[in-house]
Amino acid sequence: MKRKMAGGSALLRGIIGTALFIGLWQVGTSLDSWTGVSLPIVAQLPPPSSVLDAFLPLIRSHGFWSSAYLSFVRVFWGFMAAMVIGIPFGLLMAVNRTAKAICFPVFEILRPIPPLAWVPAAIIFWPAPELSITFVTFLGAFFTVVINTVGGAEQIDRRFLLAAQSMGADKRTIFRRVLLPATLPSIATGAVVGMGITWQVVVAAEMISGGGQGATTGGGGGLGFLIWNSYLGGAIPKVVVGMIVLGVLGYASSTIVRIMSTKLMPWNRAI
Amino acid sequence: MITEHTESPEPYGAPVSRAGAGSKIELQTVTKIFGDGPMAKLVVEECSFTLEPGQVTVMVGPSGCGKSCIAFLIAGYERPTKGKIVLDGKAVGGPSWDRLVVFQESALLPWLTTYENIMFGPKARGFNKKEAQDRATGLLERVGLRDFRDKYPPQLSGGMQRRAELARALINDPKVMILDEPFRGLDHMTRGLMQEYCGTLFEEASRTTLFITTDIDEAIFLADRLLIMSSLPTRVHDVIEVDLPRPRVRQEVLLDPHANQIKERALGILHEEALKAFAGGSKASADFIDAYMKRREGPEA
Repeated sequence: MKRKMAGGSALLRGIIGTALFIGLWQVGTSLDSWTGVSLPIVAQLPPPSSVLDAFLPLIRSHGFWSSAYLSFVRVFWGFMAAMVIGIPFGLLMAVNRTAKAICFPVFEILRPIPPLAWVPAAIIFWPAPELSITFVTFLGAFFTVVINTVGGAEQIDRRFLLAAQSMGADKRTIFRRVLLPATLPSIATGAVVGMGITWQVVVAAEMISGGGQGATTGGGGGLGFLIWNSYLGGAIPKVVVGMIVLGVLGYASSTIVRIMSTKLMPWNRAI
Repeated sequence: MITEHTESPEPYGAPVSRAGAGSKIELQTVTKIFGDGPMAKLVVEECSFTLEPGQVTVMVGPSGCGKSCIAFLIAGYERPTKGKIVLDGKAVGGPSWDRLVVFQESALLPWLTTYENIMFGPKARGFNKKEAQDRATGLLERVGLRDFRDKYPPQLSGGMQRRAELARALINDPKVMILDEPFRGLDHMTRGLMQEYCGTLFEEASRTTLFITTDIDEAIFLADRLLIMSSLPTRVHDVIEVDLPRPRVRQEVLLDPHANQIKERALGILHEEALKAFAGGSKASADFIDAYMKRREGPEA
């Protein structure tokens, strides 16, 4: 009951915060025409009203939806590949000293390379532009997922392992029933952070690579390409619409990952 | 394990002498050195003692004197550098469920419910049978956690967690139980209750038990024999038989003149050793942990 009320008021506060933000934005951009005083930087922004004007025709266009869809698909596959490859790889490095000794130095050299620096190489490596963009998106999440998995597994409370051994558990049981659940919270953190990074990376990759398949077939080319194209065409309200849509999609996908990880770890809700 | 139960199963009918039933552990001039060369750290030096069958042996000593190291040696997490540890005539190997450890603080697995934690041992060994499940349910009842069967450890109080941990150890029916300061971190009141609870448990079934503590009152209340340990490097300084009748009542033991004689004697020795440990630098315990951790990198312990 109490929790429900807290949830309700949190939603209300969220709405108030968002409304306040939009109100300040409107005031900031309209101050010039109202009082003649122009605020630096903010005055250059299109006001929310003209963004809304740009938004309405945009959501009725085919290009916008297919752009959003394309970006989403790239993020989805990049993220999934990062999880499917990154988690086992991280666990392997955590439990096997030899594997870690061999893989970790290479991993650590590749890790600081910004995903965007991979874009030209990825375009050359992969036969299709679609694959190169997804690959760069994958890289964005991969390193974060691996580092969090390794770190989480190595920070396990040693007494859990000793106690399990003492009760007659073999290595497989210890891995499945002790190490894996102990690492899950770190994996979840890696997933949430990684999800955020994939959205950042996909947009930049679309801008640099020219939108992949959608750009040539008139499908929109992804949100990053849409923003860049609108900027080149001088449609600044459209740029802002693209940014807002990105923000909303990023928030939604991180929330989904968070909800899924809470479902996976019922004991974490037990306080 | 077949033991001849010489006592009645009734909790309050247990005779005073409880020797004879259960397994016997002998430490034969055990020495443990961590590291080598100039970094070598002598933690246990030619330590010999016996855990008599069916008896509760309580080990007391200044903190950081290597008591936990001896627990780890008996459990098989560590191998002695020199000497032998013998269980019923056979040298012990690696960790095994016939020598179970209950750790300092709680080591319940946070992702398992109370029941799942208790069933961890039988399940891990492939005994997920009706019989084991019935035993788990019975143990839950006995440690008073029936209503907390499906709760996760953070939902239990400190005292409940220790009781769940005792149940998790007992279900495996180990030959030897090693309790390494199991009540550390509990508040005074809960600690007293847990001592009484443990006392009853020891009196109900005779099991060879090593109980490690720094609390002398706790030690005397629970012990059949006291091992007073020296400061680092550890060996047995003195053995005191605690020949107080059972069943014991904690309040009575605290006031009993004979118990207090034993306490005086033990405290005299402990004080002397504690001074030595203090003079030798309280680095002792830190060194032990350092050396231990250095040897075990990576989670596969």
